[in-house]
Amino acid sequence: MTLVAPFTEITDVSGSSSADSRFVRRLLRRPQAVACLVYLAVLAVVAIASPILLPDVAAERAGDLADSLQGPSSQHWLGTDSLGRDVLQRLLVGSQDTLIGVGVALVVVMLLGIPLGLLAGYVGGRLDRTLCWIADLVLSLPAMVLVIVVLSVFSQNLVAAMVTMGVLTAPALFRVVRAATLPVREQLYIAAAVVAGLSPSYIVRRHVLPRIVGPIIVQLSLLAAGALLLQTGLAFLSLIAGPPAPSWGGMVADGVGVMFQQGWLIWPPGIAIALTVLALGLLGDAVRDVSTEGWSPKRSPSRSTKQREKKKGADAPAISVDDDVLLGIRNLTVSFASSGGNVRAAERVSFEVGPGETVGVVGESGCGKTTTALAILGMLGHGGHVEDGEAHFAGQDLLTLSERDIQEVRGSEIAYISQEPMVSLDPAFRIGWQLEEAVRANTPLRGADAKRRVQELLEQVQLPDPTRAARMYPHELSGGMAQRVVIARALAGEPRLLIADEPTTALDVTMQVEILELLRSLQRDHGMAILLVTHDLGVVADICDRVVVMYAGEVVETASVADLFARPGHPYTQALLASNPHNQHAAGMLPTIPGSVPELGAMPPGCRFLPRCTQSTPACELGTIPLLQIGERHESRCVHAREVRST
Amino acid sequence: MVSMVIRRVFTAVPLLLLVSSLSFVLLSLTPGDAARQILGTRGTPEQYEALRQQLGLDQPVYEQFWHWLSRAVTGDFGTSIINGTSVAGEIWARLPVTLSLISGAILVSVVVGVAGGVFSAVKDGWLARAIDALVLVVWALPVFWVGSMLVVVFAIKLEWLPAVGYVPLSESPTAWARSLALPVFALSLGSVAAVVKQTREAMLDVLGSDYIRMAAANGIPPRSLIFRHALKNAAIPVVTVVGLQTIGLFGGAVLIENLFAVPGLGSLLVTSALSNDIPAVQAVAVVFTLVVIIVNFAVDIAYGLLNPKLRSS
Ligand code: SF4
Repeated sequence: MTLVAPFTEITDVSGSSSADSRFVRRLLRRPQAVACLVYLAVLAVVAIASPILLPDVAAERAGDLADSLQGPSSQHWLGTDSLGRDVLQRLLVGSQDTLIGVGVALVVVMLLGIPLGLLAGYVGGRLDRTLCWIADLVLSLPAMVLVIVVLSVFSQNLVAAMVTMGVLTAPALFRVVRAATLPVREQLYIAAAVVAGLSPSYIVRRHVLPRIVGPIIVQLSLLAAGALLLQTGLAFLSLIAGPPAPSWGGMVADGVGVMFQQGWLIWPPGIAIALTVLALGLLGDAVRDVSTEGWSPKRSPSRSTKQREKKKGADAPAISVDDDVLLGIRNLTVSFASSGGNVRAAERVSFEVGPGETVGVVGESGCGKTTTALAILGMLGHGGHVEDGEAHFAGQDLLTLSERDIQEVRGSEIAYISQEPMVSLDPAFRIGWQLEEAVRANTPLRGADAKRRVQELLEQVQLPDPTRAARMYPHELSGGMAQRVVIARALAGEPRLLIADEPTTALDVTMQVEILELLRSLQRDHGMAILLVTHDLGVVADICDRVVVMYAGEVVETASVADLFARPGHPYTQALLASNPHNQHAAGMLPTIPGSVPELGAMPPGCRFLPRCTQSTPACELGTIPLLQIGERHESRCVHAREVRST
Repeated sequence: MVSMVIRRVFTAVPLLLLVSSLSFVLLSLTPGDAARQILGTRGTPEQYEALRQQLGLDQPVYEQFWHWLSRAVTGDFGTSIINGTSVAGEIWARLPVTLSLISGAILVSVVVGVAGGVFSAVKDGWLARAIDALVLVVWALPVFWVGSMLVVVFAIKLEWLPAVGYVPLSESPTAWARSLALPVFALSLGSVAAVVKQTREAMLDVLGSDYIRMAAANGIPPRSLIFRHALKNAAIPVVTVVGLQTIGLFGGAVLIENLFAVPGLGSLLVTSALSNDIPAVQAVAVVFTLVVIIVNFAVDIAYGLLNPKLRSS
């Protein structure tokens, strides 16, 4: 009995009639779809009615020969053909054969494609493999040629030709139906239905078919367009609809025959064919859009990403560029275009990284850590842009550099590694090639020197067999090895700063330890600074000198590692520490703090941490909280920082 | 690689058997007597008897097919029932014509299609939209109609190129090229459109991928990102579409050869079909299928070269 409840609910979800009518209504809201449907409906009426209303046209061998090859006139709206017959009448009557041809092909396609597709997708296993193999086989045949073979035996037989076409193109529909059936079958409600003891045919009719109507219509409209082109092509070759029968393809052929005398005649049938094909294609497009509406990610409207407004000069506070500052971020504000306007992913972010220093940027996901890191390199991508701020590095503001100039910085001055080593390497090239490319792009080394450097890099990251590794493709590497290769590539230009975005998150625990150890030793040997983005305070404790804590797009605390762990100056930091009490970095260990990071664009006024803070007072709601100096190189964005620090 | 070759052979044999047996099966399915139907009211009783024998209609279907097959594997496709010439000889004479037409069209599709696709992927904006519109229009226009328009414009109005006809390469290379220019242009338009579209989509897809971003973050210059990394990865779907388009080109070639009076296999196929010359039709279909199989094979090899994952597994 327990199964009944979920199942009734489920039936409602897939209730086909209501889902169908909603689908139709959404389709009819699109002008493009309505126009196509109206055109096709009119065409169908014409195809049925005109042979009845104009009974003599089909057999008319010749019209008024004295009046042949005329352009459009009031008697003959579309002119007359080489035998003096009215073009418009022939066009209208000729639509019948065309549509019959398309209809026959579609019926055959559906009769074969839908049941077999359902069967293959639903049953799976060997049957599925066999049917797929046959489908591939048939699809690799040249359809037109085989149709002509059939017509060589069954002369002028439209139905035979289009049945053949249907059989040869049915695999295209078969594939679509099969692909659409597979996931539906996996879904929970199907499982429930099977347990409830319903017959497979009922499940298919009731649950599977309604879900795949969209893809079927899309494919059918494409196949209809293909069938139409084939039918007109065969008529053009007079393999079907031989004279005197009117047909669109045959009329093009007539027009070609008299092209030198009257160029007009190929236009009416050509336009009729093109319009019908377009109507079918655009209808398919509209159906696809409607049936994927709501869940398909919209492509970002603009792909010009690096465009950044140059700052308007003087009012930006000048900062002193210390020798002991390698990277100095000031008031960095980054926003992203979203459907509801611009949202700020990072706001007034300021911190420094000294030469050879390791600085951790910590916080939960969605706090603006990665955004900050990418903004430094000018790699915000889709819709992101820097609103304000500076990023001083080696005497220049990275945020004002042109794309060309920042390219010079990337790799040779600042390198970047991400949390997903497996997707950071190009799958199509060998490791050695990719490293050599990085060496050539970021150093003057060429040829044998570059090759030697690659070898050296692979040794530096302690890959067991560098020579062999260089010959491998990324997919042949384990996650840990891939991350070593990625690090090797980052080292190619001997950068002064390495930005490492969650470099160990995707790896298992032993790998994490090894990679951290590697980063530490590289830093020791090369004096390279590291900006380490992580959510894991354990990692911070392991290798960082100083820490920047970010929350909801803002820096909430900066401190030395020792200070941070001993005397955290912000309730958020305290909560992070409390949720990770033993400073361990076990795999997948995420700090859990009650509540969640506020949505971008929906920030509370006053302190952003307030909704989750246990120590708030009314003072916390009053306006933006500044970053306060609370100790030596220790800052906190909390009005009660001093009390918090001493607790 | 070896398993791939075996798999291809494994599918090639049934394909060829299917295509070559098709007309035998159809003949046996014909209600009444095929020879009578073919001759209609034209033939004398003697012609009728001769045709029956030539088609092997006096034997059971499988014997007819076996008979045909055992000769076909030696390259003997019988004689035309219309003019009694050797079908194989006719095919050998015409094959180079069709192949040059089709390889020309493939070449144009790949070169123009990939260049256009890369260009429109990198330079976004009006060009991409223009290409979209063009792709749609070209897709909707039947190839024989486009061909006719090209004749009107380039042969009749501008008089740049010959309207119809074919000059063999051995006679005059320039005249040969000129005689093929319009047919190749007409034939390739549709596949150029398809290749442009696929190339652009694949390039955009790859250029948005993590490994391109990571390579960029580590100082790999844009030129290399586009022309080495993105292009090589995008080539895999592009090869698929080129393969599919090539199969489609054989259908297009049938129409184009007839329109431009090019004496290739396509026009042989149509004239033979119109006169029910079944031995000739059958042989042309088998040769077409064979070429398609070879194309598929080439596509498979290209996959292997482009995708290291396939190669090692
Ligand atoms: S300002 Fe107030 S609400 Fe915000 S963290 Fe400090 S104590 Fe908590």
